[in-house]
Amino acid sequence: MITVKNLSKNFDKLEVLRGIDQHIAPGEKVVVIGPSGSGKSTFLRCLNLLEQPTGGQILFEGTDITDPKCNINKIRSRMGMVFQQFNLFPHLTVMQNLTLAPINLKMMTKDEANAKAMKLLERVGLTEKAECFPKQLSGGQQQRIAIVRALCMSPDVMLFDEPTSALDPEMVGEVLDVMKSLANEGMTMVVVTHEMGFAREVGDRVLFMDEGLVLEEGTPEEVFDNPQNQRTQDFLRKVL
Amino acid sequence: MWMWLQTAAQVGAAAVEKLSIFDQWWLAIEESAYAGTLNFWENIYKEIYQNVIFNDRWMNYLRGLGVTLEVSFFAAIFGIVLGVVLALMRLSGSKPLSKIAGAYVGIMRGTPMLLQVLLLYFGVFASVDIDKVVVGIIACGLNSGAYVSEIVRGGILSVDKGQTEAGRSLGLTSWKTMKLITLPQAFKIALPSLCNEFITLIKETSILSYIALVELTKAGDYIRTKTYSAFTPYIVSGLLYLLVVSILTKLIGMLERRLRQGDNR
Repeated sequence: MITVKNLSKNFDKLEVLRGIDQHIAPGEKVVVIGPSGSGKSTFLRCLNLLEQPTGGQILFEGTDITDPKCNINKIRSRMGMVFQQFNLFPHLTVMQNLTLAPINLKMMTKDEANAKAMKLLERVGLTEKAECFPKQLSGGQQQRIAIVRALCMSPDVMLFDEPTSALDPEMVGEVLDVMKSLANEGMTMVVVTHEMGFAREVGDRVLFMDEGLVLEEGTPEEVFDNPQNQRTQDFLRKVL
Repeated sequence: MWMWLQTAAQVGAAAVEKLSIFDQWWLAIEESAYAGTLNFWENIYKEIYQNVIFNDRWMNYLRGLGVTLEVSFFAAIFGIVLGVVLALMRLSGSKPLSKIAGAYVGIMRGTPMLLQVLLLYFGVFASVDIDKVVVGIIACGLNSGAYVSEIVRGGILSVDKGQTEAGRSLGLTSWKTMKLITLPQAFKIALPSLCNEFITLIKETSILSYIALVELTKAGDYIRTKTYSAFTPYIVSGLLYLLVVSILTKLIGMLERRLRQGDNR
């Protein structure tokens, strides 16, 4: 579904990504772990071109999205993204947040979008919040709404950028539950996270990144229980 | 707005003609006025009578107010449109566009508005038969646009970058993201400063009296040339400015509260 070839990214002289090759298969759940500053968020943000790669190629279902001629908006509408800071639109109600893009991109009529949003809200147990503004909700609720906002576009793949890092501890669970149920439905997911329990439970493949490279990858069992790389071992010793 | 004021003025004028009580009061003190023996209160009445009541002079102020409001209103709209365009040019990431907008703002803010008005009226539109009101709207709009652009630019820059990213990640174009997500939030942030700018704009239109446009200040000035009263006509004009600005401040306050409803917990 997504193929990354020799991806590199520099911020001025700082090399954040130094050649990454990855293939993400349909339905696969890839979890990216690693210390902060390792480039994992940048890697994720390159996948939908929120960061413009410095070098390399990203193919989404065969289309080279790094090609300037590629209609990136079309591609992005098929890739949902969830941010660490939720990034809900504070001037719009929950319902307007959910239906803004589908209606404006003429993917659905207003009624269809409302119906779809309501159905998804029901799924995350927040139907009664439809007319609230984001600031009236808790962090966990906001992040669940943010996930629903991405789902309203019926994406083919979901990208999660540390979705629980800005949450109070007691709210992490409710967000992870939504992500788990999404995984169980077969959604293709790329998740950058510090939640090792989640990585182990949900991930098909775990990538350990450091200093702009994928240093180790494998099934959760391989990476967590029997890490080969010294850096991976050090990192896991600190976080587990 | 102007028509409405005119009608109101006519209705009022008819009423005053019958109510010659003001004239009678005046007649009662007229001789002492010429003799220069008026007491304090009589003096105040004399000022009001001569500068406001006599010959329906109050209509001059109202007509002037109408012109001031007309110019301010259309100049504000022109200024906002121009200001948003300039702000977007500066933030477009295109070097030439940004430079052009930057230079425009620099020139308009760096030269006196009076000079701009004179240049426009006696220079640019010298050979064109054009309504002074239109010249006033263009001059004030061009000037205000420069200030509005900086206010709007500041507003846009203070909207969190994550908002743009969220919009773009949903597949919205950069323009739609700007229009639907960034600009509405930027306006809310910029509203107090914009309100300030509109108040300034209303008062700045008084500069148009230099091209003999009879707006509120010129109207007061005109009365002064008739009555030789140095205070009263300008005070009447001033009170009318104050009234308009107070109403505007109230209205924008209400709008601000409405926009802030999303912030309430």
